[in-house]
Amino acid sequence: MSYSAKVIDHYENPRNVGSFDQNDENVGTGMVGAPACGDVMKLQIQVGKDGVIEDARFKTYGCGSAIASSSLLTEWVKGKTVEEAMTIKNTQIAEELALPPVKIHCSVLAEDAIKAAVADYRKKHGEPV
Amino acid sequence: MSVRGLTADFFTLFALQPVFRIAQAELEERYLALQREAHPDRFSGADEKTRRVSAQLAARINEGYQTLKEPLPRALYLLQHLGFAVGSGQALPAEFLMEQMEWREAILEARASNDARSLEHLLERLVRDLAHHFETLGNLLDDELDYPTAADLTQRLMFLEKLRTEIDETLFDLEDGRQGTGNSD
Repeated sequence: MSYSAKVIDHYENPRNVGSFDQNDENVGTGMVGAPACGDVMKLQIQVGKDGVIEDARFKTYGCGSAIASSSLLTEWVKGKTVEEAMTIKNTQIAEELALPPVKIHCSVLAEDAIKAAVADYRKKHGEPV
Repeated sequence: MSVRGLTADFFTLFALQPVFRIAQAELEERYLALQREAHPDRFSGADEKTRRVSAQLAARINEGYQTLKEPLPRALYLLQHLGFAVGSGQALPAEFLMEQMEWREAILEARASNDARSLEHLLERLVRDLAHHFETLGNLLDDELDYPTAADLTQRLMFLEKLRTEIDETLFDLEDGRQGTGNSD
């Protein structure tokens, strides 16, 4: 398996690794996992009053592609509204990182994670998920 | 033994009931017998088609044995055979995933602090958990015939087996490091 330069960059210098307080009402947490490879991913967003994502954090236990996909995603969602974040597609992540077909599921996992994080945030605010 | 063996499911191939608690001794015995029967040496003088079929059959026998021998691949195969798909993680509760993350963190910490002892403790706990879960899985699959619950448990077991592999590999690396032959990858 040869990784693209972008995957290696995110793997070696992951952006926004860490956690926010899960109980903070401005934080949305998305937890997802992929049984086939045993990967687990936590993605959190911190949302401002205006509905704009101010900051994001992730923790991923998995292969380089899963780490890179979640790292890239935390960069992308910052400054976006939660609505905009919902429109990010795994294919965009896969394309940006030049993921090979066998690693596409890692980008799917990242898309699932941001969707779950937004759903958690909306649930906290009594909005329809 | 014939071309039929190529299309038969693994339980039929090994003349076993399609259940989780298979008779391991019978599997071993039939594997050896089938292997002898399909061995390429027996067909060295045969025509090309026969040789090709016997080579495919030998590969199929090996694949079937590998699938049925270990409990997790056997459960996955059995559920698929019964028409129940094991999910791809969507329905997993956050608490379960959080727990997985804590296990993985503990493994990383133990690796960083060269703490083989705590890893061995984790492994002991995990092996006990796994044994307990596989017993439950056997009940669900063979007695209660509750396949949706079995599929859910199998999905969780995929994560636990991955944990076991991670711990084994980390212990191996630490052991290797102690002997001064490994690198700190």
